[in-house]
Amino acid sequence: MSSHAAEPVLSYEEALEQFDPVMGLEVHVELGTRTKMFCGCSTQFGAPPNTHVCPVCLGLPGALPVVNEIGVQSAIRIGLALDCKIAPWSRFARKNYFYPDMPKNFQTSQYDEPIAVDGHLDVELEDGTYYRVEIERAHMEEDTGKSLHVGGATGRIHGADHSLVDYNRAGIPLIEIVTKPMPGAGARAPEVARAYVSALRDILKSLGVSDVKMEEGSMRADVNLSLRPKVAADATGEAQLAVPLGTRSETKNVNSFRSVERAVRYEITRHAAVLAEGGRVLQETRHWHEDTGVTTSGREKSDADDYRYFPEPDLVPVAPTPEMVEALRATLPEPPAARRKRLQSAWGYADLEMRDVVNAGLLEVIEETVSAGASSTAARKWWLGEIARRASADAMDVTAYAAERGVTPAHIAELDGLVASGRLNDSMARQVLDGVLDGEGTPTAVADARGLELVQDDGALEAAVDAVIAANAGVADKIREGKVAAAGALIGQVMKELKGQADAAKARELILAKLGAS
Amino acid sequence: MTSDLTRLTASEMSDLLSRKEISSVELTQAHLDRTAAVDGTVHSYLHVDTAGALAAAKAVDEKRAAGADLHLMAGVPIAVKDVMATKGLPTTCGSKMLEGWIPPYDATLVTKLRAAGMPILGKTNMDEFAMGSSTEHSAWGPSHNPWDLTRIPGGSGGGSSSVVASFQAPLAIGTDTGGSIRQPAAVTGTVGTKPTYGGVSRYGLVALASSLDQAGPCARTVLDTALLHAVMGGHDPRDSTSIDAPVPPVVEAARTADVSGLTIGVVKQLGGAGYQAGVRARFDESVQLLVDRGAKVVEVDCPNFDYALAAYYLILPSEASSNLAKFDAMRYGLRVRPEGVDDPSAEQVMAASRDAGFGDEVKRRIILGTYALSSGYYDAYYGQAQKVRRLIADDFSRAFEVADVLVSPTAPTTAFPIGEKLDEPMAMYLNDVATIPANLAGVPGMSLPSGLADEDGLPTGIQILAPATMDERLYAVGSALERALVEQWGGPLLDRAPDLTAHPSAHPTADPKEA
Repeated sequence: MSSHAAEPVLSYEEALEQFDPVMGLEVHVELGTRTKMFCGCSTQFGAPPNTHVCPVCLGLPGALPVVNEIGVQSAIRIGLALDCKIAPWSRFARKNYFYPDMPKNFQTSQYDEPIAVDGHLDVELEDGTYYRVEIERAHMEEDTGKSLHVGGATGRIHGADHSLVDYNRAGIPLIEIVTKPMPGAGARAPEVARAYVSALRDILKSLGVSDVKMEEGSMRADVNLSLRPKVAADATGEAQLAVPLGTRSETKNVNSFRSVERAVRYEITRHAAVLAEGGRVLQETRHWHEDTGVTTSGREKSDADDYRYFPEPDLVPVAPTPEMVEALRATLPEPPAARRKRLQSAWGYADLEMRDVVNAGLLEVIEETVSAGASSTAARKWWLGEIARRASADAMDVTAYAAERGVTPAHIAELDGLVASGRLNDSMARQVLDGVLDGEGTPTAVADARGLELVQDDGALEAAVDAVIAANAGVADKIREGKVAAAGALIGQVMKELKGQADAAKARELILAKLGAS
Repeated sequence: MTSDLTRLTASEMSDLLSRKEISSVELTQAHLDRTAAVDGTVHSYLHVDTAGALAAAKAVDEKRAAGADLHLMAGVPIAVKDVMATKGLPTTCGSKMLEGWIPPYDATLVTKLRAAGMPILGKTNMDEFAMGSSTEHSAWGPSHNPWDLTRIPGGSGGGSSSVVASFQAPLAIGTDTGGSIRQPAAVTGTVGTKPTYGGVSRYGLVALASSLDQAGPCARTVLDTALLHAVMGGHDPRDSTSIDAPVPPVVEAARTADVSGLTIGVVKQLGGAGYQAGVRARFDESVQLLVDRGAKVVEVDCPNFDYALAAYYLILPSEASSNLAKFDAMRYGLRVRPEGVDDPSAEQVMAASRDAGFGDEVKRRIILGTYALSSGYYDAYYGQAQKVRRLIADDFSRAFEVADVLVSPTAPTTAFPIGEKLDEPMAMYLNDVATIPANLAGVPGMSLPSGLADEDGLPTGIQILAPATMDERLYAVGSALERALVEQWGGPLLDRAPDLTAHPSAHPTADPKEA
C-alpha cells in the first residue's frame, strides 16, 4: 500500500474557474517485434529473469548494436498512421545517464533527428465532437531493464533491503509518441487525455505493431500537465492561448485509460491548490498511485538535468527511401475511427448500439459474424445479448468467454441462418446456443442431436390447432368476437401440444383463420 | 639465429608449416619459451595462455596430419591486444576496472583467428582503455622498448609492438584510435596498419571512441602485416559500421610491391617544426628510395590538419565518456564499497568503483568528454570538432586528387624515456599529431621502419596513407620501400636490436605499479 501525506487539492470546478490546463502526453509503446531493437534476443514477455539476454543487450564491453529492420518499419508505419512526415534521414542518439537497470548507462534513442515528425490524431469525445491532438514526433528507442526492490514494504527502492535487476526487457524496441502541448481542452482535459490514449491504442492495434497491453506495460503514458491563469474569454480564444504556459509536472507510467483520466484530473486540482495559495509548482517527476488516486513527488527535474545527447556512433543513419515509405504506407489498415463509421452505417446501428459493441470489444467479432452471413441485427443480438449475458454470469469478457467456450462468428452466423430459414424459433435457437457453448458441436449438429426442429408438417399443426380450439371453446368464442389478443393463450397450448417445436407465427395465423378473425 | 623459429617471418612459418617441416606445437612452444626468457624485462603480456595456445596448435597439427584443407595462416601463433574480447581469456583493457573479467564471447576478429587455426599466445599490454602513447597508463605497469628497455614501446598498443619486436610473437592484433598501431610500430622498428574505418569488425573491441577505433595487424614485415590483415578483415553483420565489401587485395599488393607510375604526396603540414632531425632524415631518404623505384613525388597541402589534434581531443573524450559509462560495478568487473558508508546506494557504489578503478588519464578524458557534450557547450566543442573533422576529410579528398598515397613521418620523435612525458599530457598527445588525421577521416594508414635516427640509434617510422577502401596501396608502397631499405641495410632492421637474453636483468626501471 502506498503511504504518503495527502497534498492539498482544490475542487475540480474551482480549479477550472481560475486556471486553464494544458497537457502533453508521451506514450511509450513496446513493439511486438520477435527480437529486440539492437540484438537477436527474444522479446517474449514473462520469461524467467535474465534469460533473454546477450552481450549486446547486457552492454558487455565490446558488444555493438545492429538496428532491427522490422522495428524501423513499425516506427514508420506508426508515423504514417499518425499523419506524420517521415524523415528521409534520421539518426539514433545516446541519452546518457546512470541507472542500474540501464546496461550501458546510456539509452539508445533518437534526439533531434527522429524518424517521424509533425502529425496529428483527431479523437472523438463522448458527445461526438472531435479534438485534434497535434503530434510532435514519434521516435525509436530501447527499453531499459527492470529493477525489483526486495525487502521494503512498498516495492519501491525506499526502504528496500536489496534490489534485483532483470535485463530481459533491456533493448526491447519502444516507440515514443510525443504530443505537442494540448491547449483549449479546458474542463474536458481529462476526457481528451483518455480519448487520445484510447484512440492511439486502437491505431496501434490495427497496425499490428504492438499488443498494446497497458496492464503488462507494453503501452505506458507519461502525463505532462501545467496550469496557466484563466483569462476572460474572447471570441477567438486567442487571449487564453497567449498566456504563457505554467510549470509542468510529469506523471510517469500511468497504466490504464481510466488512470490517465484520473491523473490529469488529480494534477489539475493539485496544481490549482499550489497556485491558488501563491505557491510555485515544482518541475518534477510524479508517481501515480492507482489505489489512492493521487500522485506523489518523485525526482525533482531541473535545468541541470543534462543527458548529453550525441549521435550514436555505433549505428549508421536510418534513411528510408521514398519508395520504402510508400510501400509501407500501402500496408496501412483503414483508420479505426473511419472503419467504425463505415461499419456503423453498413450495419444500421444507432450510436448507442455502436458504442456498446465497441466498448464490449466486439467490433471484429460482429464484423466476422456478418461476413459469415448473419444479419447485423442478429449478430449484435446474439453477441451482445445472449452470449454477453452468459459471459457476465461467468465474470468474463465476451471475447474471452467465447474463446474459452469455442463459439465462433461462423457458429453464430449458422445459428442465425437456422432461425432465418425457419428451422428454429428463438427459444430453440437459445437451446442450440447452449449446446454449442457446451461443446456439443456446430449449431446444426446440436439441433440434429437434440431433435430441435420446427414442425413443418402443416397437417400436424392443423390437427393440434383443431384440438386446442375444441378444448378451449370459451377462448375461441372470444376470438371470434374480435378479441384477437386472446389468441396468445391458444398459441401457447399449440406449442405445448407440439413440445415447443411449432412455428408460433404459423400457429397464430391458422388459429385466427379458423376462427374467422383474420 | 636461423635455427630459432621465432626469428622467422610469419610468411616463412606458414610455408614451413604447410610443408610439414615444423609443427604448430613446436612453433608455438618456441614463442612461449621466448616469452619465458624475455617478457620479465619487456612486459609485453598481461596474460599468457600457454595451455590454450598449445591446445590450439595441437588441434591444427592433427588436422594437418589428417589432410584437412587448412587456412594459409593455420598454426602461426599470434598475440592479441587486451582490448579485444576473448572468450575464456581475461580481458582487462589495461584497467583495474576489468580485473578478473572473463568475456563470455569472442570478438569477431578473434573468431576469425580461431577459425583460421591461429593459436592465441596471450593478451598484450596497453594504456588503460587505449588512452595513451606509451603504455605508461596501463594499470599493470608499462611495457618496455626492446631497442632500449628504459624507453617506451609506444602506445596504446605498446604490448603488441614490443611482443613482435622482441620475437615473442610473429604477429599481433592492435587497435588504432589516433595512432595506437602506427606510433608503436614506428618506435619499435616494426610494421603496423590501421585499415580503412569499417574494414575490420569492431564487434568485441572494447570501444574507446567508436567513430575512430579500428583494429589492425602488427608484424615485422609488410607481407606478414598483409597476411594478417586478410585474416582479420571483411564484413561483419554484427558491426553496423562495417564495410560490406571484400577485403582489399592487400596480400597481392604486398607481393607485387610495384610503385612505378604512382604519385606520392608529401604532406606539408606533417614533418616540419617539432620533428626530430633523425626522423626527418630517414623520412627524406625513404621518399627518395620510392622515387628511385619509379614513383613521382609531389607536396600536398592539408591546412586543416593543424586542427586535427584539437578536434580529436574533443571527439575522442566525448565518445569515451559515454562508452566508459558502462563500467559501473553493477554487472561485471571491479566493485568497491565506499568507505565510511554503512548502507551504500547503487549510485554510491558506482562512484566509489569508478573512482578506484579508473586511472588518472581515463578520468581526465571522461571529465573532458562529459564537459564537451554538456548542454550549452555541445555546439562550441563537440559540434565544432565535427566540422573540423569534415574539413580534414575534405583535405584528404583534395590531396588524393593529385596523389595516390600520402606520406609523412609516423611520429615526431623516436621512443622517449619512460616517465619523461607522464606528467605532461599535452606533450604526450603531440606524439600522435601525424597519425590522428587518418582516424578522423577514416582512411587507412601504415607505419613501417625507415631506419635508425643518427642522434639516438633508435628506430624511426614512415607513415603511408591511402584513400578509404584502397588499403592495398599501403602494401604496394610499403612493400616496395621495405625491399629497398632492407637491401640498403643488408638485412631486416630488427637484426640490429639488442639481444634481450644477453642481459636478463637489464631493465633499470622497476615498474612502479607492478605488484
